[in-house]
Amino acid sequence: MEGSKCSVTLSVNGTSYTREVEARLLLVHFLRDELGLTGTHVGCDTSQCGACTVLLDRKAVKSCTVLAVQADGCEVTTIEGLGRIDKLHPLQEGFWEKHGLQCGFCTPGVIMTAAGLLDENPHPTEEEIREGLEGVICRCTGYQNIVRAIQYAADRTHQAEPEPVVEVAASAPTGAQDSLRQEGEDA
Amino acid sequence: MSTVFGQVVKRREDPRFITGRGQYTDDVQLPGMLYAAILRSPHAHARIVSLDVEGAKRVPGVVAIYTGRDLAEPMGTVPTAWIPPESSLKTPPHHALAVDKVRYVGDGVAMVVADSRYAARDALDLISVQYEVLPAVVNQVEAMRDGAPVLHEEAPDNVAFHWQIGNVTDEVFNQAEVVVRHTIRQQRLVPNPMEPRASVAQYNPATGELTVWVTSQNPHIHRFILSGILGIPEHRLRVVATDVGGGFGAKIAVYPDEALVAFAAMDLGRPVKWTEDRREHFLATTHGRDHVEELELAGTRDGRIQAIRVRAYANMGAYLSTAAPGVPTILFGLIVPGPYTIPYVGVDVYGVFTNTTPTDAYRGAGRPEATYLLERMVDLYAREIRMDPVEVRRRNLIPADEFPYHTPTGLEYDSGNYHLALSRALDMADYDGFRRKQQELRAQGRHVGVGVTTYVEICGLGPSQVAGAVGFQGGLWESSTVRVHPTGKVTVFTGSSPHGQGEETTFAQIVADKLGVPVEDVEVVHGDTARISMGWGTYGSRTTPVAGSALAVALDRVLEKARRIAAHMLEVSTEDVECADGQFYAKGAPSRSVSFQDVALQAHMAWNLPQGVEPSLEAQAFYDPANFTYSFGTHICMVEVDTDTGDVRIDRYIAVDDCGRVINPMIAEGQVHGGIVQGIGQALWEGAVYDEQGQLVTGTLMDYAMPKARFFPNFETAFTETPSPHNPLGVKGIGETGTIAATPTVVNAVLDALAPFGVREIQMPLTPERVWRSIQEGGQRS
Ligand code: FES
Ligand code: FES
Repeated sequence: MEGSKCSVTLSVNGTSYTREVEARLLLVHFLRDELGLTGTHVGCDTSQCGACTVLLDRKAVKSCTVLAVQADGCEVTTIEGLGRIDKLHPLQEGFWEKHGLQCGFCTPGVIMTAAGLLDENPHPTEEEIREGLEGVICRCTGYQNIVRAIQYAADRTHQAEPEPVVEVAASAPTGAQDSLRQEGEDA
Repeated sequence: MSTVFGQVVKRREDPRFITGRGQYTDDVQLPGMLYAAILRSPHAHARIVSLDVEGAKRVPGVVAIYTGRDLAEPMGTVPTAWIPPESSLKTPPHHALAVDKVRYVGDGVAMVVADSRYAARDALDLISVQYEVLPAVVNQVEAMRDGAPVLHEEAPDNVAFHWQIGNVTDEVFNQAEVVVRHTIRQQRLVPNPMEPRASVAQYNPATGELTVWVTSQNPHIHRFILSGILGIPEHRLRVVATDVGGGFGAKIAVYPDEALVAFAAMDLGRPVKWTEDRREHFLATTHGRDHVEELELAGTRDGRIQAIRVRAYANMGAYLSTAAPGVPTILFGLIVPGPYTIPYVGVDVYGVFTNTTPTDAYRGAGRPEATYLLERMVDLYAREIRMDPVEVRRRNLIPADEFPYHTPTGLEYDSGNYHLALSRALDMADYDGFRRKQQELRAQGRHVGVGVTTYVEICGLGPSQVAGAVGFQGGLWESSTVRVHPTGKVTVFTGSSPHGQGEETTFAQIVADKLGVPVEDVEVVHGDTARISMGWGTYGSRTTPVAGSALAVALDRVLEKARRIAAHMLEVSTEDVECADGQFYAKGAPSRSVSFQDVALQAHMAWNLPQGVEPSLEAQAFYDPANFTYSFGTHICMVEVDTDTGDVRIDRYIAVDDCGRVINPMIAEGQVHGGIVQGIGQALWEGAVYDEQGQLVTGTLMDYAMPKARFFPNFETAFTETPSPHNPLGVKGIGETGTIAATPTVVNAVLDALAPFGVREIQMPLTPERVWRSIQEGGQRS
């Protein structure tokens, strides 16, 4: 049931936010509903699908399994903060090059999972990549091109000078959303 | 002709998805928006004795609560849209919320609307419902027995319909040299697209306009049916499918939920959003498959199949979903003879109501069920006559020179070269080499097996005349509008509604190919009834053959007009204009040319158009195909079974598919990959299980095993290209082939591996436990 509100401060994609939230509010709902960062998706209710994966202090976590208050003081990177369209992260490039997505719904979570994976193991074998995807489900691609996409990114990332994991992007809701809102109002 | 058709082009839809800028339905945020949550029955069959919402109303933030009784009057019932002829189909009323009785776990009972997702959920817990629990039946064969619990008084024997087709007689079986009999259970599956279903509705009381965003594969069908349920005129109703996160058939149906959300938005004058959680997806989104099939095959000793007879009991669940009756009848029964020259076929299907979630299309929809039974029966027959299963297939495949080929079920296969795909796949697999190796490994106590499937698929649904003849309550043509802007950029509006299949790219390739403009200059718009005149959506592998063809026809019209304008500009006659790579030339004088962009500009300026030519450059086409189109191919799988644990390891998987001309090999291959994984999912892991009381015991992703990355090797894929002769692009469909072919391929491979144990059948999914047990039992028998 609705409880008392708590104050949380966290940095998301390089911007600091302070909000009063219910203690039970999930981080994923904080990102989506409070901040309008709808790139992070919800695909299940049992922590199986990984669609909600973000980086929390550089570690890939399922944001449906973290309370917003637990992330207090932490740094969160979402898909919106990974790279910009004019400066894509190697993983984003890889998914585009290798057709690592179809409907795109799992994609932000899979990319963030892969980002966590490559951070720990920059040059994984194919088997390690497949193992590393244990926590995500993609219903569309059959995974083969996801594996190719991650291999592409691993090949592109030099061990000596890793690409920055975080590219700061605009934290406001996307332009597309604004136009949708506009359409809604006009209707 | 430019070379963009048939080339790998990176997907044009990807930039928004890889940067988190997609727009899925749950991403839609509107000012003042409310959230709905739906209370669902915990019982499979029960009478609602009383329903008290007072406690729930007191939850802070709750704005309204609706029950079945509240809505029975103002809302229409949810219809089925496929009524196969001569099937005595019963259509008991399906209320958006149950009125007196609930019929499956997940049946909607009440809806709460509140100012937050969390408040709406809180309130659900405080609605108190008293149920009188009734006996339930979940198995379709049991549901037909005397004395079984009755779901609907309109169908006292629980039979929703009975449909038959074919020319087979007992005579054929009585005189056959070999008869193989078998019973198969096609287990029930949960589609599980990763995006849950969702809907947002907004109503403007002043204009009477209702906008519904919904996770739909076919927004115009949604508009058509919702307008009936809600009593809103179609021209005041706009249905938008923004980005849709996979469908696999589960987003074809018009569900009670989107109608409820729309009703609440109208009633409350505020936008309302509803998004199912995964548990609700398991309970209240349509399932797929679920047949019990009694099978008989008649053949000669030398490997000629003479007849196949099927009696299928299809579990329809508690209500008939939108396309559901067409799935185990038309989409299943007509394709039972498959790619073989089988002279006699008989199909007899009972659709049965049970206290389970309604079933409907699931990737392949009917065709995987037909292919599975046929390919299993062919392998059993091969075993019976001690012939290699590939040899049996060779002897029965329709020869390439017999197309168009007429089946005893009334289909006309448009084109094919089945032997070519088979031999290509056998070469890739080194089938003969594998058979030799298998002997060696068996001698060492290792159990490897190979499964081969040759299949044909009905794609490109379909001619509207046929749709009418088979009882589909709609047309199956497709629309396309090509709008050329003054600068020569192009917007395409398509009536199909892709949701992962990549048509924003492949359709742009079709445009680029025809008009000679760069792919980047083309925008493909879909999924919005306000922007697209009409369409029937994306399913049944119809988008490329039907909507793609509509696009090709519209492009020809644009080109014809452009050519007239170009001729005028070049001061030659239209016949003397040639067109290549976006340039129009005067025949014999290639130095005199105007570009497509010049023509587009002139068409819009209209300062000096040829006589009788209207300004602007835009064309529309409504394309109704002449026939279905038939993709086909051969899939081969090699497995190793650990006989101590029952674990199945997939060593190799080879797919040779023929979908006519391939527009973008990368995308086509991706469709095959995804399809294979779904097909293997059915073979090895997936299965929805109900207990006797009608509880779905596989109701979350913890209990329902979805395929994961580590279960698979890399697939080896190839295409042969046999164009469809009857559509302008020569294309067929590729979205469902993998799912259709993979299931029997893998099961046949496992059973081949276990042949030394005398194992003849294992119920899908072939879990380690089932495989292990069958080895123990088979071992004892042999
Ligand atoms: S939504 Fe977080 S794991 Fe599925
Ligand atoms: S791309 Fe659709 S679920 Fe992965």
